[in-house]
Amino acid sequence: MTKMMYRDAVLSTIMEEMARDPDVVVLGEDVVGGMGTAGGPEAIGGIWSTSTGLYDRFGPGRVIDTPISESAIVGAAAGLALSGKRPVAELMFADFIGVCLDQLWNQIAKFRYMFGGKSRCPAVIRMAYGAGFNAAAQHSQSVHQILTGMPGLKVVMPATPADVKGLLRTAIRDDDPVIFLEHKALYATSGDVPDDPDFMIPFGHARLCRAGGDVTIVSTGLLLGMCEAAADRLAAEGIGCDVIDLRTTSPLDEETILDSVEVTGRLVVVDEAPPRCGLAADLRALVAEKAFSSLKAPPLQVTPPHTPIPFARELESAYLPSVDKIEDAVRRVLAWR
Amino acid sequence: MAKSARPRAANPRSSAPKPAAVAASVPDVSAALSSPVEDDATFALRSLQQAHANNKRYDASDAELLKFYEQMVLIRRFEEKAGQLYGLGLIGGFCHLYIGQEAVAVGLQSALNEGHDSVITGYRDHGHMLAYGIDPKVIMAELTGRGAGISRGKGGSMHMFSTEHKFYGGHGIVGAQVSLGAGLAFAHKYREDGGVCMAYFGDGAANQGQVYETFNMAALWKLPIVFVVENNGYAMGTAVKRGSAETHFYRRGTAFRIPGMPVNGMDVLEVRQAAEVALEYVRGGNGPVLMELNTYRYRGHSMSDPAKYRSREEVQEMRDKHDPIEGAKQELLKRGVSEDAIKDIDKKIRQQVAQAADFAESSPEPDMAELYTDVLVETY
Ligand SMILES: Cc1ncc(C[n+]2csc(CCOP(=O)(O)OP(=O)(O)O)c2C)c(N)n1
Ligand SMILES: [Mg+2]
Repeated sequence: MTKMMYRDAVLSTIMEEMARDPDVVVLGEDVVGGMGTAGGPEAIGGIWSTSTGLYDRFGPGRVIDTPISESAIVGAAAGLALSGKRPVAELMFADFIGVCLDQLWNQIAKFRYMFGGKSRCPAVIRMAYGAGFNAAAQHSQSVHQILTGMPGLKVVMPATPADVKGLLRTAIRDDDPVIFLEHKALYATSGDVPDDPDFMIPFGHARLCRAGGDVTIVSTGLLLGMCEAAADRLAAEGIGCDVIDLRTTSPLDEETILDSVEVTGRLVVVDEAPPRCGLAADLRALVAEKAFSSLKAPPLQVTPPHTPIPFARELESAYLPSVDKIEDAVRRVLAWR
Repeated sequence: MAKSARPRAANPRSSAPKPAAVAASVPDVSAALSSPVEDDATFALRSLQQAHANNKRYDASDAELLKFYEQMVLIRRFEEKAGQLYGLGLIGGFCHLYIGQEAVAVGLQSALNEGHDSVITGYRDHGHMLAYGIDPKVIMAELTGRGAGISRGKGGSMHMFSTEHKFYGGHGIVGAQVSLGAGLAFAHKYREDGGVCMAYFGDGAANQGQVYETFNMAALWKLPIVFVVENNGYAMGTAVKRGSAETHFYRRGTAFRIPGMPVNGMDVLEVRQAAEVALEYVRGGNGPVLMELNTYRYRGHSMSDPAKYRSREEVQEMRDKHDPIEGAKQELLKRGVSEDAIKDIDKKIRQQVAQAADFAESSPEPDMAELYTDVLVETY
């Protein structure tokens, strides 16, 4: 095990996979990092420092700063992938999928099916998501809800450095298009990461972060920390929570959720995306359909309200899920009847 | 190839003969298929550039030049204050300063009819608002996220808007404002109000696909719009030459028959004169103009950028030799305007900015209920 930051887990995994497989190439805005008139090629290494040093090691043929042209970045990544390369494209902020949605939705996600299984598009599209930085409505969003709804894409949301390592390696070696969502507030968090150069975590396998037996809490990414904090508080009163990290929203590990809800009979889904037609609604429908007889209370969701993301600090914290809100939801499912 | 479809005057190479083999074997059908467009004589691809080259600097009165100076100093001091408040933690999120680029917004917008012609820009928007007479208090209060801010604290630095001033934002998605600008220009045309839209975007934004979709439409429909590329040399950490195949941005309208103008964006009088030329053309119903304003941002891309991709010397050279405010000041002194008159302006602006900062620090945070308002015109 090596202790490292989430962002370094991203960087080191890309570095290792580039060294292992010459077909892996990296492209995106400022990924080389400010090779301007001074300062040398690695002055920045991407605005998230997730590509620092790649250029020095692999050169301009494999680490490519692009113009600000998201449609062409994703389109070119798709073309590279269709012809056998393994591009890892970075979109900087998840919000920018708006600019290249056609390439993600009508192109990448549909090739395999439309072409009767003849094509393969092993592209990884990485992007940073999430609020909490007063970055307002166009630089703070969580977009997994939109992308998970598209058949033909895999959607990954790692919560820890170890999961970054295992899931990103799987993503790069995977033959399907993978959306890799990194929460901005996690980049500077640290954790132990296995040293095995082939350490991989399969998609569609959720992680049971803790077992408690009274209530099931399901979440992803940054919010798991809040779920665990709420579970700690409740544990002091003898209330036990199962906390489940989905890891991937597509494919979805239904089994782990259903197994837990069959024991607890109570579900709280915690999500940073808007409340309508999203992950939380989807999982609540899942248990309503497949674990109906086990349910002891209506499944609840803790999400932001159905509004864009506000700028002002106080408004943004009111907007986001919190430990208090999660604790409150758990108490409400327990108090039912 | 039909001769009439080619701007012979504009492009001397266009008359180069085709390879004989191709000309002999392929029948030329382009003349029959292409729609009739104006002939060479009316195609003004370079005429504006020429007109500006012949008469580069605006003949400002002393009063006008003093006004330009005052507006540029206002932007500079406002941005310096915003930088300080950011450092103190009073401003959060992304904050992109306009320091160094003041002559662009001031020179161009001084030629517009404030509150009649529309202006739209990206996230580096404080300067364009100040140049359009929007109260520094409500801008600063937006930066600090207060209820009295121009967007009630919901938008922040990147997202501000004023219908009264016809300032249409303040947009965080690079390039989006360019297409929006076409719509604003279209509205002027529909209303026949004689107004124009000035749509600003960066050298980096110039590589977004929708910019070219917009160029085509604007030229096709002869929309009253001035496209302004603020070429400050960098898009975040990417120097222009590393992100753009054609680094002379004013030429990028050529394929759409949009005349281009390269302009020294560090001299407010040159900028203003270029605006005169461009606006005469656009207001005359001739369609869009593409202006490239060569300028420089002194600070990092945003407050969190240490700007290590360029040398200190490069920045110092721009500050020392090309500063737009210093340039205007020297011009004023040369004309015999007194040092005291200039100092009075400096003092007045310092007070104005201090008041804006006080207002922004002391006015209350937004009401929590604001989280749920303004999602739509109606509520649901
Ligand atoms: C669609 C989109 N892609 C990327 C970004 C991130 N981004 C914000 S500003 C910027 C650089 C823009 O440079 P330029 O257009 O030259 O304007 P400048 O900042 O120099 O004024 C980038 C890449 C964004 N906000 N929107
Ligand atoms: Mg720029």
